[in-house]
Amino acid sequence: MSFNSLNQKTRKCLLVFAGFFMIFSHLPALAEGGVSPHIKVLSASCAACHGTEGNSVGGTSVLAGLDRAHFVAQMVAFRTGERSSTVMHRHANGLTIQEINDLADYFATQARQVNTLPPPAQKLVKSHGDE
Amino acid sequence: MAMNRRDFLKSTAASVALFSIPLVSKAAPVHGRVVVIGGGYAGATAAKYLRMWSQGGIQVTVVEPRSQFVSCPLSNLVLGGSKRIDDLTFGYDMLKSHHGIEWVDDEVVAIDAEAKRVQLIEGELSYDRLIVAPGIDFMYEQLPMLASPEAQLVVPHAWKAGAQTLNLRRRLEAMPNGGVFVMSIPKGPYRCPPGPYERACQVAFYLKNNKPRSKVIVLDANPEITSKKGLFTKVFAENYAGIIDYRPNSTVVDVDVSTKTVKTEFETLKADVLNIIPPQRAGKLAQSAGMANVDKRWCEVDFLTYESKVLPNVHVIGDSVSAALPKSAHMATSQARVCANAIVALLGSQAPDPAPVFANTCYSFVSDKMAMHVANVYRYDSAKKVMVPAEGGGVSDKPSELEGSYAQAWAKNIWSDVLT
Repeated sequence: MSFNSLNQKTRKCLLVFAGFFMIFSHLPALAEGGVSPHIKVLSASCAACHGTEGNSVGGTSVLAGLDRAHFVAQMVAFRTGERSSTVMHRHANGLTIQEINDLADYFATQARQVNTLPPPAQKLVKSHGDE
Repeated sequence: MAMNRRDFLKSTAASVALFSIPLVSKAAPVHGRVVVIGGGYAGATAAKYLRMWSQGGIQVTVVEPRSQFVSCPLSNLVLGGSKRIDDLTFGYDMLKSHHGIEWVDDEVVAIDAEAKRVQLIEGELSYDRLIVAPGIDFMYEQLPMLASPEAQLVVPHAWKAGAQTLNLRRRLEAMPNGGVFVMSIPKGPYRCPPGPYERACQVAFYLKNNKPRSKVIVLDANPEITSKKGLFTKVFAENYAGIIDYRPNSTVVDVDVSTKTVKTEFETLKADVLNIIPPQRAGKLAQSAGMANVDKRWCEVDFLTYESKVLPNVHVIGDSVSAALPKSAHMATSQARVCANAIVALLGSQAPDPAPVFANTCYSFVSDKMAMHVANVYRYDSAKKVMVPAEGGGVSDKPSELEGSYAQAWAKNIWSDVLT
């Protein structure tokens, strides 16, 4: 069956599909799970306090697998001051609403890991390169 | 039949649903070879995230002569006595085995950017992209009497954590009650802007509890406290009154190592323990490769990729990067991830993220338990082509034990992120 033999409505739909294909194929490739590289970098900067991919090893909230609506509500509460915080209002106010929504999507889809630990401490050995 | 708006929306929704799934999950695997020079906060993070974000497609080799990672963050607490250096010392085994990172215990002596090759003491490595993360180097030409390892044993800098930190702690322990601890702060930029003031607090905390007749004299080459000024000023005056003696505009011009005597433009002081933090610049390799093109000290980079403005295909991250960003550990890891993200894109023939955003949180301990923060979101400014702080950033209202516990959690999580 050739393109021209299709009825007009089907042809139009296909053209729209093709248009979307072109738009999508020209966007930067999205990584696994539909997360843009931009959000990957932003979310990973939370790791200093909240662990790799939101799996905190202790002392702060685990963000991996957090309900997206809960995440957004907390961040908005930090922004407005409705929820008091020591440092989180600084980050919540520095982000856009779009970024907060995207971060909520990202963390909601991360697998929760129960066995993450900080690396074990070691006895300092003097080796070459010590200054 | 003309397609109306509703039909258009329906077909649009359908096309998104149909095409977004396969297109999103079937990104072509990226391949290539990246060499990372340096296994500190910046280098180790870049290596890990390159492996993670390329799904193992990019081969990563780290060149690092040290067998252990010793954290500079929290190392001032070794001076205060609430941490041991062994609490801050880690191996690289988990990082290497979890992410399949190749490791070479050697030093890079030269970069051949044209041939895309680095020369090691033994052998050489070729690369598609090179990441240079050499940390800082001390400008001993300004204080030549401190250039020798022997002099640094008597007058430690303790600004690279490890044996130097232990040395300074032992000298503090051996100091008599009533003794004088003199420390100096170089003109900015230097590694960890609030670090010297945190150190003054940690030394004062130890002295207050153990040798209360002693003093800490802080000789600051800067005209005022360079970070968390209001907070440190208050802590010096309220928690450590009579112990911390802060003197701005005090540049060290001479040091007599044997008598531990230090001279500024205005005065000469004899110390029982002398801690000179020398002026700093980009790590040695960044200089010898000619990449330190800002004031002959720091490396100018493209903030979308961290590619050097001097050498093509060579990226610089961490404390060696020009002063447009504060030199903190969290910042080093954020730069590392922007760089890793850009390299994954570039090796896959994609454009890097045109507008990176990341956060920086930096805690300072003013006692064994109390800490305070400075925190900001940074956003790429496409007109200025630099990262600029977003609205909403700032510092703590006051130091607190709650923030002290968050600072400990910060350390545990960043160590886990960087080293496992």
